[in-house]
Amino acid sequence: MVETTHTAGAEPDSANSGGSASGKVILDVNNISLSFGGVKALTDISFNVREHEIRAIIGPNGAGKSSMLNCINGVYTPQQGSITFRGQTFSHMSSRQVAEMGVARTFQNLALFKGMNVIDNIMSGRNLKMKSNLFLQALRIGPAAREEAQHREFVEHIIDFLEIQAFRKTPVGRLPYGLQKRVDLGRALAMEPSVLLLDEPMAGMNVEEKQDMCRFVLEVNEEFATTIVLIEHDMGVVMDISDRVVVLDYGKKIGDGTPDEVRNNEDVISAYLGTSH
Amino acid sequence: MGFFLETLFGGLMAGMLYSLIALGFVLIYKASGVFNFAQGAMVLFAALAMARFAEWFPKWFGFDNHWLAIGLAFAGAMLVMIAVAYIIERLVLSKLVNQEGITLLMATLGISYFMEGFGQTLFGSDIYKIDIGMPKDPIFVFDKVFEGGVLINKEDLYAALIAAALVVVLSIFFQKTATGRALRAVADDHQAAQSIGIPLNRIWVIVWSVAGFAALVAGMIWGSKLGVQFSLAQVALKALPVVILGGLTSVPGAIIGGLIIGVGEKLSEVYIGPMLGGGIEIWFAYVLALLVLLVRPQGLFGEKIIDRV
Amino acid sequence: MIYRENGQFKTSYRADQQIFPILQDKLVILALVAFAFLAVPFLASEYSFRAILTPFLILSLAALGLNVLVGYCGQISLGTGAFMAIGAYGAYNFFVRVPGMPLIAALLLGGGCATVVGVLFGIPSLRIKGLYLAVATLAAQFFTDWAFLRIKWFTNDSSSGSVSVAGLNVLGMPIETPVQKYLFCLAFVCIFALLAKNLVRGNIGREWMAIRDMDVAAAVIGIRPVYAKLTAFAVSSFIVGVAGGLWAFVHLGSWEPAAFSVDRSFQLLFMVIIGGLGSIAGSFFGAAFIVLLPILLDALPAYFGIPIDTALASHLTFMIFGALIVFFLIVEPHGIARLWATGREKLRLWPFPH
Repeated sequence: MVETTHTAGAEPDSANSGGSASGKVILDVNNISLSFGGVKALTDISFNVREHEIRAIIGPNGAGKSSMLNCINGVYTPQQGSITFRGQTFSHMSSRQVAEMGVARTFQNLALFKGMNVIDNIMSGRNLKMKSNLFLQALRIGPAAREEAQHREFVEHIIDFLEIQAFRKTPVGRLPYGLQKRVDLGRALAMEPSVLLLDEPMAGMNVEEKQDMCRFVLEVNEEFATTIVLIEHDMGVVMDISDRVVVLDYGKKIGDGTPDEVRNNEDVISAYLGTSH
Repeated sequence: MGFFLETLFGGLMAGMLYSLIALGFVLIYKASGVFNFAQGAMVLFAALAMARFAEWFPKWFGFDNHWLAIGLAFAGAMLVMIAVAYIIERLVLSKLVNQEGITLLMATLGISYFMEGFGQTLFGSDIYKIDIGMPKDPIFVFDKVFEGGVLINKEDLYAALIAAALVVVLSIFFQKTATGRALRAVADDHQAAQSIGIPLNRIWVIVWSVAGFAALVAGMIWGSKLGVQFSLAQVALKALPVVILGGLTSVPGAIIGGLIIGVGEKLSEVYIGPMLGGGIEIWFAYVLALLVLLVRPQGLFGEKIIDRV
Repeated sequence: MIYRENGQFKTSYRADQQIFPILQDKLVILALVAFAFLAVPFLASEYSFRAILTPFLILSLAALGLNVLVGYCGQISLGTGAFMAIGAYGAYNFFVRVPGMPLIAALLLGGGCATVVGVLFGIPSLRIKGLYLAVATLAAQFFTDWAFLRIKWFTNDSSSGSVSVAGLNVLGMPIETPVQKYLFCLAFVCIFALLAKNLVRGNIGREWMAIRDMDVAAAVIGIRPVYAKLTAFAVSSFIVGVAGGLWAFVHLGSWEPAAFSVDRSFQLLFMVIIGGLGSIAGSFFGAAFIVLLPILLDALPAYFGIPIDTALASHLTFMIFGALIVFFLIVEPHGIARLWATGREKLRLWPFPH
């Protein structure tokens, strides 16, 4: 069980408390359906995400959780449905548009750039903020050089935050799994996102690593006021840190509400424990 | 119209020969994930072996029968190709098991340089003949329908039939025999195949031997038509667009790709070539393949590459 | 002992981001460049300039360009010879048709022609990947072979596609003797290497490497694959085109399309892979290896006093070349640059074991 606790929905004052359950809706998923060939990955999914909250998506394996995040990110294009972000509705977005709108993400299977070291991986998250053109970069004078130093400073703050200073010049392929997950998070944070999609950030970690990761997630949510959408299997983590939960099973939504509501939902229980037919 | 048909048939038959060489590529790629740039060198090596054995065996073993010489030469060349397959597997493939595709590609390029030099050292570098009794005269068909009939080169026709027979034999091998099944299993998933006890190394030797067999048949036919010489290795460069047009992992793709390229080349050379100054067959096959890939990036019958994140 | 970084603390990010942050590295490189410019002209023989040093420099430049595309951005190209040809014939046309065109401008414009075609042939890379792309790039190679042979305008109506240039000079200084040619190429190589290094360690370099390593993740963090791939093709073709112009103008003097055949493309790809993918220094290592190897192989029998007839010698060269490539790939698939890096790691600890 994870030690850190987090009170959900305490104050309506959204200024400095993360996890306010009554903030305004920032992301709205409307009737998303996704299929690959004959396989229906998602069927008519709708839910919303409020600003500054921590929203968990849970469900058995193969429920379509990662596919849902991929739809939000523009990696997959759903056959039906739309996504509303800050009031603007899109049926189909490119990954770049989504990134420009301030949505960042980590991946279930990492997806780090193995050929680069930690600094470069996290710096790559700054690419949208770097403006100098090719020629200035080739000469490395003036604005290009200044930019590199400025963004390096920002990245170093992230490295300090994630406590990976000792590994900054190590090629990421050589790092242990837990540290690679932190780099993945760092790269997403480098984008200064307003919404952060985390795909199983605690997967494969031991208790200590999970505590660290929870601490990071909570701090990001509280200090930077980032909205968090979190896929997670560890029920303890989900119940402790999330404000609201969506439950998926076989591509359909079977539960939506606060952790307590969802915990007592009949459909959710039978999805996880199975029912006798 | 008759002329068009002639060009068409000529193209189809040239295409079958390309398919023969492309088959070797596809076989090796399917079973070991290696793009064998040395296929052309293997064609040359096999053809050289057969040509010289046909000369040498009568002298060494003291007999006169031409067909016996050819038969023994074929068998001897086949043994040589099996030995080549074994050596390549031992010395190169097993040492490069987990490397990226581009490293393996470069390794096969290295192998091709080696085989070209070695083949010529062992077997000599003149132009040699392979006489397998292919008739060199043309026949005329459809002379009731078209005036003068449509000219078909008998040698090309026999070559196409042999190539077709080879495809049939290989298909039966893959579908009906246990080894063929094992090869297909390895092509699908190396680890799963290993886990059910299929010996990966032996499979690779078998695959490269079968590709060597395809190379030998191709070399025999091309050699009979053109004479066995160094430039035979370059003919493999012609087979590359066939392979990617058909899809790297598809045997039917190699056949159909070969036919399309063969016909396309001949037709374009005759009908478009004069407008552009001639000699366009050096790039036509490639540009055609490129255009198809733009529409279907995995080739006509290749497997779609899906990236999962 | 010598190579320790003790005491070398960086107090600004810019200092940490230098190309050679370790003082010893900086000194060695400066010494090397000074040696190349000031000492070599007096030490090397005319033969070595013509047969070894100048070709090495120009091919390093071409390998550098190819490494940007293949090593940093992960797009395999087998058509590099074509881009060298475009750079060469492009520069030729500007040089010959525009009166008073300065040499350097002609070479750069030739590079520009190669850039335009490079971007065009880069467009398929947006849809096609891996080995399919590799073979598709051969379309560029063979098409260019044909174009410079058959389209008379490109070669100023020469019948066989062969052309020549003479009277090369820069601002009145002639580029004729082997030493002058060597210094001219050396200057180009140093400048381009610096520019390329700045690009690959900057934002665009990270975008290229991101596309190479995992293009889906790259898209998710906002990198546009189109921009990254096409700029890689553009920069790569520019460098390769300029190298082609240098090869034709400075090294060969007169040339025909066969100088830039598919064998040249393979040769450059060998250099990049053996030297080290994704490494600027690797391009130089690889070029040195591939340029020196045939010369050594040719010289060996004579050195040992064994007479071999030329046909056999050339076959043996093929065999040994092929065998060495394979051997090298087995022993160090990441190239000489990796061996070098490992050696330096050990040197930093020496004489301590760890």
